[in-house]
Amino acid sequence: MGNRSPIIVTENLTKHYGPVVAVQDLNLEIYEGEVFGLLGPNGAGKTTTILMLLGLTEPTSGRALVAGLDPTRNALAVKRLVGYLPDNVGFYDDLTAKENLLYTGRLNQIPEAELEQRIKTALEQVGLADHGDRKVREFSRGMRQRLGIADLIVKDPRIFILDEPTLGIDPEGVRELLNLIVRLSREKGKTILISSHLLHQIQQICDRVGIFVAGRLLAVGPLETLGRQVMAGKPLEIELQVEPFNHDLLEVFRSLEGVDRVESQGPYIRLRCAKGKDIRPQLTGLLAERKVSILHLRARGHDLDDIYLEYFQGEGRI
Amino acid sequence: MKEWQAKLKEFINWWREAFSSSGGLKVIFLKELADNLSSTRMGILFSLVAVACLSALYVAAQSIRQSVGQEETSFVFLRLFTTSGGSLPPFISFLSFLGPLLGLALGFDAINGEYNKRTLSRLLAQPIYRDDVINGKFLAGIAVLAIMIATLGLLVAGLGLVFIGVPPRGEEIGRMLAYLIVSIIYVAFWLSISLLFSLLFRQAATSALAGIAVWLFFAIFAPMLAGIIADGLFPVTDESPPELVLRNAVWKQNLSRLSPTTLYDEATLYLLNPGIRTLGPVLIQQVIGAIPGFLPLSQSLLLIWPHLVGLIAGTLIIFALAYYYFMRQEIRTS
Ligand SMILES: Nc1ncnc2c1ncn2[C@@H]1O[C@H](COP(=O)(O)OP(=O)(O)O)[C@@H](O)[C@H]1O
Ligand SMILES: [Mg+2]
Repeated sequence: MGNRSPIIVTENLTKHYGPVVAVQDLNLEIYEGEVFGLLGPNGAGKTTTILMLLGLTEPTSGRALVAGLDPTRNALAVKRLVGYLPDNVGFYDDLTAKENLLYTGRLNQIPEAELEQRIKTALEQVGLADHGDRKVREFSRGMRQRLGIADLIVKDPRIFILDEPTLGIDPEGVRELLNLIVRLSREKGKTILISSHLLHQIQQICDRVGIFVAGRLLAVGPLETLGRQVMAGKPLEIELQVEPFNHDLLEVFRSLEGVDRVESQGPYIRLRCAKGKDIRPQLTGLLAERKVSILHLRARGHDLDDIYLEYFQGEGRI
Repeated sequence: MKEWQAKLKEFINWWREAFSSSGGLKVIFLKELADNLSSTRMGILFSLVAVACLSALYVAAQSIRQSVGQEETSFVFLRLFTTSGGSLPPFISFLSFLGPLLGLALGFDAINGEYNKRTLSRLLAQPIYRDDVINGKFLAGIAVLAIMIATLGLLVAGLGLVFIGVPPRGEEIGRMLAYLIVSIIYVAFWLSISLLFSLLFRQAATSALAGIAVWLFFAIFAPMLAGIIADGLFPVTDESPPELVLRNAVWKQNLSRLSPTTLYDEATLYLLNPGIRTLGPVLIQQVIGAIPGFLPLSQSLLLIWPHLVGLIAGTLIIFALAYYYFMRQEIRTS
């Protein structure tokens, strides 16, 4: 994953829109060469954060540093380093795909001679080689999104910032797009920041994710450790399926020290531990004594599904 | 000491960034120019204006030819622009009336169009200055307007030569060029209005309608309004003393000069009619003893100088407003 120097740093980054808190005291470090997922439900402040990283919106307080540069002071230098794919990216409908890419290429001062070649390879990479001379008006949502990636590939920045890149694309399209992004990271060593509210889609390709809710960062890290971080301080809930099952067992659990509540729900038994207690170690011994075997045991509140339930409910799970 | 050096370095960086060219202005200018020149919208409008102006020219040429020998023949070339024949108004009226439409059509969706196409945030994420976008659009618009008006002027000059067979004198050419330049400034004023509206209104249709409303107001209602206000302030009857009548007339004129359309119409009238010495009310005493004759171009220019300054200042003020809005605008598209 490249060397471990942060290329994007935010220090107490805060943005208020009048009384609305869009981002509050965000402290984030994103390392060179990693794929970082900024995950959070709609309105969490992801887009606002990205705009501040690009110098397109001024922070209320705090600051961001991109490759050591402050985007509010050195906006141009930052924009040379960063390629930005806005959510729901748009193109000039009356121009062809190639003409659109030419325009951004020229704005980036890429020499004409090289530009042609870059556009050709970029269109091939995103699978639009045959559509370069078509007007963008005729493009589907997924094709536009891929053209947006081609736009960034032509620019060839060090950092890619993609805002909701998978929104509104069919599952097959999402898979292709994510593959493309992974290739950019693995083959070219690009740093990639993806924002999304679709946790399930993005999690597969992120080295680390940050969970962002209501302007605040709840947890950061590799996916595996996130559940524990987010749910820290909340009582542990154990979901259990055993065989053979009889109702006496419930009484046994209730009598255990450190168990707050026991209830059965369909084939499952739910144990709520007291705060800070974990009775899982005792559980196996206890059940073995009674010749009851465990079919299923899960600590609720410790994996991603619970994070979804807690924060992302109804946000378009696939 | 260290901190001081860092500050200085930061300032130098900022300075360099703020005042070196990003190259974005040129790229945006060229793209907008190509877009405008190839757009159907401009094709239709230009054809409309051209047909109107050329038919006016034809009719004017006819009536000039008929009156050859009976009337004053000096500055006959300029009369191509100012003579109305029968039912058709003269060329200058057409351009004065339809010119604003050209300016409005070029700008009414300049910024909100980018916004609605969702291209603005992508555009501004490129390494260019934010004002490159609005400057590039404004300059490209002016360039297109200049091309169109120069084309019209040359068409008139060429066809006029064919129709009346009298080549223009140097002074006439000078006056025609001045007229074309003033016209470009006038339509640039309307371009800046439409640019401002494209920032104030998110919907292109709303912005176009607002532009047309302002245009109609200045073209039709503003002169009436000036009359009403002047009459309200200084009611004139048949028995009114001459001072009151004069004051009423002066107020009427000055109020109507608040309208860019009046400024433009007066300026072009001075330019194309060398015989006109003043447009304000004239007292008999002032006329007695005056030698009828023509003003040289330099004197006419002197007369319209305030008009020109007014038009340019209006254009710049409105563009500055648009610029200010654009620099402050939140660019997110979601
Ligand atoms: N221009 C604005 N004016 C006022 N509030 C805004 C503006 N832009 C965003 N917000 C608010 O800021 C919050 C964060 O928005 P955003 O960054 O777009 O969230 P996300 O991208 O995570 O969906 C939302 O509550 C939104 O309503
Ligand atoms: Mg967003």
